[in-house]
Amino acid sequence: MGIEVQHIYKSFNNYNALQDVSLKVNDGELIALLGPSGSGKTTLLRIIAGLEVPDLCEESKILFHGKDVAKQRVAERQVGFVFQHYALFKHMSVFENIAFGLKVRPRATRPSKAEIQHRVNELLRLIQLDGFGNRLPSQLSGGQRQRVALARALAIAPKVLLLDEPFGALDAKVRQGLRAWLRRLHEELHMTTILVTHDQEEALEVADKIVVMNQAKIEQVGAPEEVFHRPANEFVMDFLGHVNVFHGRVENGRARLTDIGSKLTWNREAFGNAVYVRPHELEIDRVAGDDGIRGTVRRINLAGTCAKVVVASSSGNEVVAEISFERFHELGLQRGETVFVSAKRARVFTPDYEI
Amino acid sequence: MSVENKHGIQDPLWVQWTLITITIGFVAIFLALPVAIIFAEALKDGLKTYAIALKDPAAWSAIHLTLLVTAISVPVNTVFGLAASWAIAKFEFKGKSLLLTLIDIPFAVSPVISGFIYVLLFGLQGWFGQTLSDWGFKVIFAVPGIVLVTIFVTFPFVARELIPLMQEQGNDEEQAAISLGAKGWQTFFYVTLPNIRWGLLYGVILCNARAMGEFGAVSVVSGSIRGKTATLPLHVEVLYNGFNVPAAFAMASLLALVGLLTLALKTYLEWKVKQQRRELALVNE
Amino acid sequence: MELTLHVSLGEGSCAKQPMSRKRSYSVLPGFGLTMGYTLTYLSLIVLIPLAALIVRAASMSLEQFWAAAFNPRVMASYRITFGTSLVAALVNSVFGFIVAWSLVRYRFVGRKLLDALIDLPFAIPTAVSGIALTAIYDRNGILGHTLFQWGIKSALSPLGICIALTFISLPFVVRTLQPALEEMDGESEEAAMCLGASRWETFRRVIFPALFPSLLTGFALAFARSLGEYGSVVFISGNLPMKTEITSLLIITKFEQHDHLGATAIAIVMLVASFAILMSINGLQWYLAKKFRG
Repeated sequence: MGIEVQHIYKSFNNYNALQDVSLKVNDGELIALLGPSGSGKTTLLRIIAGLEVPDLCEESKILFHGKDVAKQRVAERQVGFVFQHYALFKHMSVFENIAFGLKVRPRATRPSKAEIQHRVNELLRLIQLDGFGNRLPSQLSGGQRQRVALARALAIAPKVLLLDEPFGALDAKVRQGLRAWLRRLHEELHMTTILVTHDQEEALEVADKIVVMNQAKIEQVGAPEEVFHRPANEFVMDFLGHVNVFHGRVENGRARLTDIGSKLTWNREAFGNAVYVRPHELEIDRVAGDDGIRGTVRRINLAGTCAKVVVASSSGNEVVAEISFERFHELGLQRGETVFVSAKRARVFTPDYEI
Repeated sequence: MSVENKHGIQDPLWVQWTLITITIGFVAIFLALPVAIIFAEALKDGLKTYAIALKDPAAWSAIHLTLLVTAISVPVNTVFGLAASWAIAKFEFKGKSLLLTLIDIPFAVSPVISGFIYVLLFGLQGWFGQTLSDWGFKVIFAVPGIVLVTIFVTFPFVARELIPLMQEQGNDEEQAAISLGAKGWQTFFYVTLPNIRWGLLYGVILCNARAMGEFGAVSVVSGSIRGKTATLPLHVEVLYNGFNVPAAFAMASLLALVGLLTLALKTYLEWKVKQQRRELALVNE
Repeated sequence: MELTLHVSLGEGSCAKQPMSRKRSYSVLPGFGLTMGYTLTYLSLIVLIPLAALIVRAASMSLEQFWAAAFNPRVMASYRITFGTSLVAALVNSVFGFIVAWSLVRYRFVGRKLLDALIDLPFAIPTAVSGIALTAIYDRNGILGHTLFQWGIKSALSPLGICIALTFISLPFVVRTLQPALEEMDGESEEAAMCLGASRWETFRRVIFPALFPSLLTGFALAFARSLGEYGSVVFISGNLPMKTEITSLLIITKFEQHDHLGATAIAIVMLVASFAILMSINGLQWYLAKKFRG
């Protein structure tokens, strides 16, 4: 089922959580709402679920499959919502948790005991927890609890699945496994899914489409490779990976770097005269090239898949360059040496302008 | 004797022994001795005293009245406690802290004054007293007055216990239940109530103990009419002032027994609630 | 493009201003019902009866009120009530501190039982405590007898009132201090010791200041409770006007003499006193929360 929201506003007291946000999600898509905390992503998800109501506004619309559901309560929208801290019913067994949504239905539409049993067992198999039905949530690991929460949401056969930071409370190793599992599950079920996360790696790996949010607004929507390689603005570029800032200008289609700049806090109004370069797009040389900047090697980190070299200019600002081990050994770099930094590829952001 | 490490530096043994001795001595003389005396006095002549004291129809009437008053005031305040804690803990609204303060008022009003304000309201000189009296309905110096003041003095017990507990537990499970299609009452009975059951019982037990034992407020409105409006504590007073001291202690020992039972249950429930908190912390880890 | 996107560059504005609500939206039902019930019940049981007292007091002239609330016999009862309450609260601040300290920091046989016994004054009806204390402290009582031989009259004297109030208000101090003691992390005192402070210095400069707000709260709660106590005192005090007559008893006496105005005036004074104490506790806690939690 496709979902569309139009012109959504939401404020808490004097704080704007959402400012004129519109978004369309196609049937069967898995999209990720990505942004720092306070960007409004969870609020948007809760508004779609019906757990929160947007500010009253004539243009505001929430459409499920083209039908306006703004007036519907959460139960009527038939959404499967998975909470960040699982929100499992602590006093009920895993089985009772998953069966809850079926058991509370009015008698007329409630499945029989046998059907419920069958359905829950099916879901237990799906989340790979067969035989765990009698356990209490307190007897499960974090990852298992999160899967139970997902099964509980799926039990009511929802039309959409909404996940609020589903792996936020788990440790790195478990997250990795669950991510891959969620992706496989989505390929199996093909249910429209919206996932909220502040972890860019998670979003890039799992989602068909990424919605980058910041300060109550949507910054960019696109496929993972699109937002990563062609960020719409400084914020998106900075949020999806490390970025270096230079002072400079663009001449004849080439970036002329004059100095290393200091990183500013991002600000929508500050469309700058800065030049942005990713660490792997930087080149280090021992001799001055056409457009290199002179600097000193501050630190070298060889733990990883490439060599990370921190270079500081005379003004004291630093950049990080990622170069291959081969190149690193070829140069034979040492701390304190003088080098020249240049960019293979650079970006400037003015509205709708990029080289 | 050992001290858990998290509680900082261990005191020297002589300090520990001195303070523990003072503690045991103080609690023994000031708290344990009075209770022991009640039973010692009551049992001075063996169980005979009880037999005599319980032959008095006024004793039975006092027991009846106490149970009746408790049976009305405790459920009424429990329903109030549940309603108030739902409204206060589960929702955000303006004026919440004012409301919390207002609910606490009966704890700040002394028992005698609590009784007295009901006299001002329902006594013959009171606002409603004359009207009610014309209808042949008596509140003061009658059972309704006793029930009302007991409700007043035990008013905050359940609410005070439940509000912090429900605030601590948050709304997540209720929201999950609603999103799964549960109705309001289903959410309350299947999700909220099981989560607060021990805290609720705790509040009810404290409420019950106070309702059975209230003396000051009840003595103002009851008039202590023997066999009619004397609750158990008032009956004890009547016996004591009538120089029937052994019987007074026999009846008092019944109330003390209820008190000790309350204490035992309370200790058990505190342990239960603590255990539940630990589980909650584990689940949220 | 499968996805329509609308990013407004200027500050978008909503055609209609968001409604200001008295409460924020929640999906949970039942707010109206439970809040309505709460307010109705609160008004009927607590607010209206209290209003009756205030309205009755307001019907008096100032001279009338003054004469009723501050005549010599009433003043004597205030002196006795406030004096004995103060003594009881101070005694409990010292011994309650020691009791709480031992219960939290030491492990000894019978600690759990002792801990449970602290709540006895809450669990035992006040009238029962009253006759029990009288039996202990009157001339023939097990302690009263000894005290009498030493020339100390415990029952039928202000000392007896102090004893009853100490009994009744001990749990307030202990139960306020215990959580504060439990929450204290050992690290700050270990740090003080590492910095060269002696054990006593550590207690005086690190531990005691951290516990002081709780001790003060416990003291105030004990004091407030003692001011209104009735059941446990009337049996042991002897109730001699001007000497051992507490204010709660005086209210009853006035009321039994059908002097409702006199009783009202005294009740107002006592209510104002206990509200003032409880408000200053709230104020203190608010101030400390603000000061230490930023």
